[in-house]
Amino acid sequence: MWRSGTVIALRDETATARTITLQIPDWPGHLAGQHVDVRLTAPDGYSAVRSYSIASAPDQDGRIEITVERLPDGEVSPYLTTQVAVGDPLELRGPIGGWFVWRPEQPEPIQLVAGGSGIVPLMAMIRLRRATHGGAPFRLLYSVREPDAVWYGGELQLPSSDSSVSVTYAYTRAVPEGWPRRPARIDAAQIASMTWPSRLRPTCYVCGPTSFVERAADLLAAAGNSPDRIRTERFGPTGERR
Amino acid sequence: MRRPGDDRHLDGNAAAGQLSMIFGVDVTAAEGQCAHCGAIDRFASAHLYVGPGLVARCPLCEHVLLRLVAAGEEMLLDLRGLKYLRFHGSQLQESGG
Repeated sequence: MWRSGTVIALRDETATARTITLQIPDWPGHLAGQHVDVRLTAPDGYSAVRSYSIASAPDQDGRIEITVERLPDGEVSPYLTTQVAVGDPLELRGPIGGWFVWRPEQPEPIQLVAGGSGIVPLMAMIRLRRATHGGAPFRLLYSVREPDAVWYGGELQLPSSDSSVSVTYAYTRAVPEGWPRRPARIDAAQIASMTWPSRLRPTCYVCGPTSFVERAADLLAAAGNSPDRIRTERFGPTGERR
Repeated sequence: MRRPGDDRHLDGNAAAGQLSMIFGVDVTAAEGQCAHCGAIDRFASAHLYVGPGLVARCPLCEHVLLRLVAAGEEMLLDLRGLKYLRFHGSQLQESGG
């Protein structure tokens, strides 16, 4: 079922990524981790559909946020990141997905592993966790090209009073000055030192480009996490995800 | 069989929107059994190849589980590679969209 939403706010996350807030009149609510399909239709009837994860925590107001990265050859993302304006309608389908979701009643510790824009559905989980009193602690390992490519950076900065979510960055191309590690892909040593010990039986949520997800999931499994506790969501150029 | 470096595929999550138009409920949390190798996994874990249509393959043996092609006003769903899909009651209430 396709719904019509209205763009009510736009915010740049980085030079190439924009967060779009949508108001959707008949929105049934969503779970943290779900996504929507956005459909753009040209005057001649040609249409293109792309999936975007919801970045916002569930609320009662019929609002959602998605964050879109501009892909140079994209059919949809250039429009969403440079053309769309407040007040524009946007056609969408969702909420979609019932597996890659976190529910506040889950008692176990949560390990989030993001590669690049794979942070989006995990951000919805973090926002919901922070809005929930009590509950299991979260860890986020966020692999990103360089400091300037971090999304939601200000919000991820931990207020010292908030111990519910701890955040660690892993840089793959460039590191901040004085950073103790050279830029590199995540490896077994990082997984061992920055993620929950597998004996605590965390549920792991891994999201990012396919090659990143395969690598991170393999490393988590090699560290002793049971494959049935590792939930994955892959995206890539074919899906022009997020 | 894992093919190292093969990152052309997405996963079952990316097919969920289109499949929800047919099933009316979320399929990513459903457990499916591969008719070829017998592996049982969540549909979310299937390897998804996107072209003119969608092809979902078993993450273990890479045999085709499902094909979905939209042509004009028609949709063709080929489920030859799935022995079954198992839904839990809670999934059936929490509609996927």
